[in-house]
Amino acid sequence: MTYLENIGTYFLMIVEMFRKPTKWSVMKTLIFKDIDDLIIGSLGIVAFISFFVGGVVTIQTALNITNPLIPQYLVGFATRQSVILEFAPTFISIIMAGKVGSFITSSIGTMRVTEQIDALEVMGINAINYLVFPKFIALMLYPFVISIAMFLGILGGLAACVYGGFTTMDDYIIGIQTDFIPFHIVYAFIKTVVFAFILATIPSFYGYYMKGGALEVGKASTTSFVWSSVVIILLNYILTQMLLS
Amino acid sequence: MIIVENLEKSFGDVKVLKGISASFEKGKTNLIIGQSGSGKTVFLKCMLGLFKPDSGTISYDGKIYSELSDGERRDLRADMGMVFQGSALFDSMTIAENVMFPLRMFTKQSKSEMEDRVNVVLKRVNLPEAHNKMPSEASGGMQKRVAIARAIVNNPKYLFCDEPNSGLDPNTAILIDNLIQEITKEYDIITMINSHDMNSVMEIGEKIIFLKHGIKEWEGTSDDVFRTDNEALTDFVYSSNLFKKVRAAQLKENR
Repeated sequence: MTYLENIGTYFLMIVEMFRKPTKWSVMKTLIFKDIDDLIIGSLGIVAFISFFVGGVVTIQTALNITNPLIPQYLVGFATRQSVILEFAPTFISIIMAGKVGSFITSSIGTMRVTEQIDALEVMGINAINYLVFPKFIALMLYPFVISIAMFLGILGGLAACVYGGFTTMDDYIIGIQTDFIPFHIVYAFIKTVVFAFILATIPSFYGYYMKGGALEVGKASTTSFVWSSVVIILLNYILTQMLLS
Repeated sequence: MIIVENLEKSFGDVKVLKGISASFEKGKTNLIIGQSGSGKTVFLKCMLGLFKPDSGTISYDGKIYSELSDGERRDLRADMGMVFQGSALFDSMTIAENVMFPLRMFTKQSKSEMEDRVNVVLKRVNLPEAHNKMPSEASGGMQKRVAIARAIVNNPKYLFCDEPNSGLDPNTAILIDNLIQEITKEYDIITMINSHDMNSVMEIGEKIIFLKHGIKEWEGTSDDVFRTDNEALTDFVYSSNLFKKVRAAQLKENR
């Protein structure tokens, strides 16, 4: 029953997010601040993880290809497919659910605990629009982060491949161009936009509707990470089934 | 004038407010007193529209809150100022930005006009040089004064304060009480203060409502408080050791 109630409240929050918009001059500042916090602030960790995981994917693939009949360029091909189809959009989104999601939940939750949200409501401000909408807009730039993750993942694979002596640079580059299907990029970005929406709204929901004190803020952050991850994984399955099968 | 009629509010099976009626006049400092859990904060939050009452009405200068449209409620809320127990300053903004916030949200003033108004109110609460400090850098008393400045910056008609001097030393608490009373007179507004501090009652309470278990147990002025024979109020007033000693001394003198 509580789950159903939470799902209902979540959708009502989404409707409320688009109602009674905050004054544009104020909203503009909030959007830029959230772009800085959520997008620019995540680039470092995303770049680091993408580069090295791309390298590991390449090494694992190369080490598992023992049959001499399998062409060497397959390493580049497998890395590209893994990075574009799953690693960049899904794996990075799970990491972002931890980094960005817990930041959103704890910042909104702390505002709830310290009555800052009550202060907004007393002033007649639609607190959900004020707090959640700028995060939603900021995270619409999330595909830009994922593009960087894709590029660096493939680049990391190239570096691991060449410097680890698994294949030549030429073979790797042939591999990443082999059987390229542009729709795979579209598919990856459709997933990315859906996950961006999840990353903005589920953590906001857990922060906004939390009750209690500092301990509960911590618990809400954990719960928001768990549910964001679960929903991302489930939607990943559904979208893959719908778009690729 | 604010008129509250037969206000009731429950949370689950727990009835927190049980038919409270009261009226509050312009230019007066009204105190809602009572022990923790007596329903003071719920009463205040119902008046602010943060909680929806189960029954009863609240009218602001003839406008019944529950009958107003969303737009009318928004306009009415722009006339309300609130000082929260923990100040509730936005911690990502400087003190000046906090005070300017209602102006940015609800007026079309230019930046220089808003800055002028912020200077006036910060000066009024004796914080003329705190503009660029963050709330975390300000003391509890300063934060309360900033919260008062933010509450009055938009010239509200109604000022609500939830335990404005909790957590402050007695001297600072008196300063805050006096500041609220002066502002009430100066701006000719209706001020409602939730408190369980007897110093506030004696210093600034022009009208006092005593709540007990969600019922309006007593109503009167600060002078009446010490003359009343209402047992619940007497128990509440003399629950502090200091007041017990004063009371004992008074009784001894009378004999």
